[in-house]
Formats: sequence, structure tokens, C-alpha cells
Amino acid sequence: MIDILMPTIAQGLLWAIMALGVYITFRVLDIADLTVEGSFPLGAAVAASMLSEGYSVAVAFICAAIAGMLAGVATGLLHTKLKIPALLAGILTMIALYSVNLRVMGKANLSLLRIDTIFTEMQAWFNLDNVYTVLSVGAIAALLSGLFIYWFFGTEIGAAIRATGFNQQMIRAQGVDTRVTIILGLLISNALVALSGALIAQNNGFADVGMGTGTIVIGLASVIIGEVLFCTRSFKNCIVSVILGSVVYRIVIAAVLQMGMPPNDLKLFTALLVAFALSLPLVKDKVGARKAVK
Amino acid sequence: MLHVEHIHKTFFAGTINEKVALQDLSLHLAPGDFVTVIGGNGAGKSTMLNSIAGVYPVDSGKIVIDGADITKTPEHKRAKYIGRVFQDPMMGTAAGMMIEENLAIAARRGKTPGLKWSLNEKDHDWFVEMLKELDLGLENRMTARVGLLSGGQRQALTLLMATIKKPKLLLLDEHTAALDPKTAAKVLALTERIVDRDQLTTLMITHNMRDALRYGNRLIMMYNGRILVDVAGDEKKNLTTQDLLQMFEKAAGNTLDSDRLLLS
Ligand SMILES: Nc1ncnc2c1ncn2[C@@H]1O[C@H](COP(=O)(O)OP(=O)(O)OP(=O)(O)O)[C@@H](O)[C@H]1O
Ligand SMILES: [Mg+2]
Repeated sequence: MIDILMPTIAQGLLWAIMALGVYITFRVLDIADLTVEGSFPLGAAVAASMLSEGYSVAVAFICAAIAGMLAGVATGLLHTKLKIPALLAGILTMIALYSVNLRVMGKANLSLLRIDTIFTEMQAWFNLDNVYTVLSVGAIAALLSGLFIYWFFGTEIGAAIRATGFNQQMIRAQGVDTRVTIILGLLISNALVALSGALIAQNNGFADVGMGTGTIVIGLASVIIGEVLFCTRSFKNCIVSVILGSVVYRIVIAAVLQMGMPPNDLKLFTALLVAFALSLPLVKDKVGARKAVK
Repeated sequence: MLHVEHIHKTFFAGTINEKVALQDLSLHLAPGDFVTVIGGNGAGKSTMLNSIAGVYPVDSGKIVIDGADITKTPEHKRAKYIGRVFQDPMMGTAAGMMIEENLAIAARRGKTPGLKWSLNEKDHDWFVEMLKELDLGLENRMTARVGLLSGGQRQALTLLMATIKKPKLLLLDEHTAALDPKTAAKVLALTERIVDRDQLTTLMITHNMRDALRYGNRLIMMYNGRILVDVAGDEKKNLTTQDLLQMFEKAAGNTLDSDRLLLS
């Protein structure tokens, strides 16, 4: 049991960085941002290319984050300057990024076999076995991302971004340019998503142009599972619950696979899970109304 | 303090839905003027306030606040001069954020936000003092989400947010219309107290003629995108609702039963 649990938790932590990015757009900015389907493989592609070109792990991560930021800004500009609805703006960037990712890698799949990654370096440093290396890298990455988000959204700019998600009219009346706050939110979100892509690519040992498919749904699943199971109302708890939600999601997936669900049905299962979770408030209302009638 | 000169505003110009909302409207406010604004539905009252606040650009004319020409300034940059309270109690606050967080944002109105921590001890004490003056017990609920407050509490908070950093101009668009009469009276009394205390230059739209007569030192009445009646000082003090209706009918040049109903 432990043999499966530890790697599963480790996966959950690596993907949690992406889920935090989705949380920022979906819950803080109140936008369903599909850019993530492109910025996740973008981070993977950039990191994998840099590493195979011989750049250091740190440089690879920094470049992946910057690439993710640019993707977020692209969507932000499409949305705020050209007034394209956010959902559509994200789809446009996502589609464009498919070509960009192919260009970055030069081919559809880039292997990291026998190339130093964050995981091989950590393993060499701390002399841990494979599973605990991934687990500690994931834990540190999730912790740092969580702390960063907690700090940033507590600052004046962060508060303005959060207020933008709740009420654009109000925050404009308080003197904040909502175009700027929306772009900033998308920038941070997609930087995190790209970093997560970079981590996953190094963990998998390859980057693939198709690895972004379903990112948004996995992110939403994590956010919503976290909310349903753990979220009390403070911002701090919400961040923790997203991370835990990502871990629980991985455990659920591992469990249903163990029970014999064919891996090909995974995305269908995830989509149903998210549809169910998203409809929970409605179901609760209906049940509540019925009780009230009785 | 405020100079509005010959502004025009037409919505959907050149289409079948074309709607002239403001026609050659001019208005000059002296510092400390507290002006109540009345007029029937669609008279252009909200459009006038929104034009001053920069929600949309005017087609022509000029708007000057405190010596600064802001005709072309975007809405968020005008916030430096202007505090606003809206008709809808949901509009003025961020529902999912704490009372303290909302006040912190309002206390920085017009300043570019930076990377400093948004909340701090000093402001906290200041906010508690200000909330105490509202006398709604909100000073004990600084960490409560604004969405949990009643409409009246939210409007009182929005009013505090609009004035906590003293604005050059306070714009109130029927800010008590969504409240029950008792709460509305409280919020109006609070409005008067704050405006008097800080000597704020204020434009207050209301549908209630008695309120329009009771509050402020000046009253304007709008019709069809124009200001038809403008009375101030002693003349306003001695005005009755009957006088107002007569002045309105004379100025508008016909009897306006529907507007009479709306105004009474
Ligand atoms: N954003 C808008 N788009 C299109 N037309 C508008 C808009 N805002 C106002 N109008 C039109 O301009 C005219 C003036 O409207 P305005 O809202 O200023 O009236 P008002 O005096 O505030 O009325 P009320 O007492 O009903 O609030 C109306 O005919 C209205 O339909
Ligand atoms: Mg109006």
C-alpha cells in the first residue's frame, strides 16, 4: 500500500503547483482560463529544451516561469485590450501555444534520458531513494508556491487583484486599473502552471506536445475537491486545501485504476468527477428547497 | 470645485436605439456644495454622475475638478478625486473580502498599489475608530466578509469607504433607494453627518422629494438630459414640494402627470 501511496502523494504535490495556478484564475479572478492547457506543456517544453541544451536546472525553471508569464500576458492582452471574452482569449492562446511548443522542442517529444534534472541533482545531494526525492521536491515546491501566493495576495497589489475578481466596478471606483490586475493575475497563474509542467516533464523524463490535454480539468478537480473536503473560509486555508485537493485527486485516480478501471477512461472519469463537483451547489440548493417545502 | 461645461452624451448614436441622455448640460459646484438631484426616470441623472466619474466618455464638453481637466481621464484615474456610492448595495464593496480589507483598499483610493502588506496595525485602529462612528457594531466584525452584512450595513460601509480618504467630490446615486425606509433614513442621516463634518462637495441623486428638500444647500431638477431647475440657499430652504412641482411644470412647459407621480 505504502509503495503506491508515497509516489501518488508525490505526484499530487508536483501537480499541486498547477492547481494553485488554476485556483488563482478560477477562484480569485473568477475566470475560467484555458491558457493552462498550453502553458503547462510550454513550461515542460522550455525546461526540457534548456536542460538538453546543457543549461542548469535553475535556469531551466526560470525560463519556464517566464514563458508561462508571457502566455498569461498574451491571454490578458487579448481579453483586456481587444475585449475578447476571457474563455475565448484563453483558447486562442492555448491553440497558438501548440505551435510554439513544437517550435521550442523542434519535435513532438523530447526525452530527458541521461540528462541532469532537479530530481537527479537532489538525489545526488541528499542521497535519498527515488520516491522520497520526488516527494521532497514536490513538498518543497508546493510549500514555496503556497507561501508565495499567501504573501503576494496579502499585499496591496494582491488585494487589488482579489477585489477585481469579486467586483470590478468597485475596484475601479477605488482607482485601480482592472486591465492591469487581470493581466497580473493571469501572469502569475500561468507562471505557476508552467513551473508545474517543468517539474512533471523532469519527473516523467520527457516533454510531450500533447501533455497539456486535460490540464484545466485536473486543476479544477483539485480545486473543487479541496474546497469540498477542506476549505474553511480564510485565504490561507484555501491555498492549503488546493494542495491537499491535488493530492486527494491523485489518490482517487490511483484507487480507481487499482480497482481495474482502464487508464484510457481516466479523462472521462475526471470530467465526470468535476461535473459532479461543480453541480454540488445546485444539488444542495435543490435539496434545501425540497426540505423547505416539506 | 467641479465645473461641468456643455456636456453631451448620446447612447447608440446613429442607430435606431439612439438615446440622447445629456444635452448641453452645464453645472458648477462651489467647494462644500451639497446638491440634491431629482428628476423622473430616464432624465439623465445617473448619466450625469457616470460621466463625471468617467464610467464612459462624454461626446463633447468639458469636465474640470479642482482645476484639473479630467474630460479624457479614465475612470480609475478619476478615483483620486471622487468617492462614489451606488444604488445597488452590492456594487460598492468586494463581497468575498473582509471589512478590514475593503477599508484598506478604500484608504488607498487613487494610489497605485504596491508590494507592501495590505493590512497593518495603525490602519486597523483607525478603521475601528471610523466604524465606531457608524454605530452599527461593525468595529467588532472587522474580519467578517462584507457579503454577510445587510444592505444597510453595506451602504453605510460603502459610504465610509467613499469618504475615508476625503474626496474632492462625493457622488451618491440613489444610495438609499434599495433600503427599507428606516434604514434609508439612518444612512441619509449618516451621509449628512459625514458631508457636514468634512465639508464635502456632494452630488446626491434621490427619488424622494422630501429628502431632496431636507438635505443639502442646493437642489437641481433634471428633465430630458437638461437641468431645468437650480435653487440654492434660502430659496431652497423655504421651498415646498408644491413649489417644486410648479417650477418643474413651468420649466418643462407642460403638465407631466407621469413625472408628477414619479417625483412625489
Ligand atoms: N449605459 C447605457 N446604455 C444605453 N443607454 C443608456 C445607458 N445609461 C443610460 N441610458 C439611457 O439614457 C437615458 C438617461 O438614463 P439615466 O440612467 O441617466 O436616467 P436617470 O435619470 O438616472 O433615471 P432613473 O431615475 O431611472 O435612474 C435613459 O433613456 C437611458 O435609457
Ligand atoms: Mg439613475
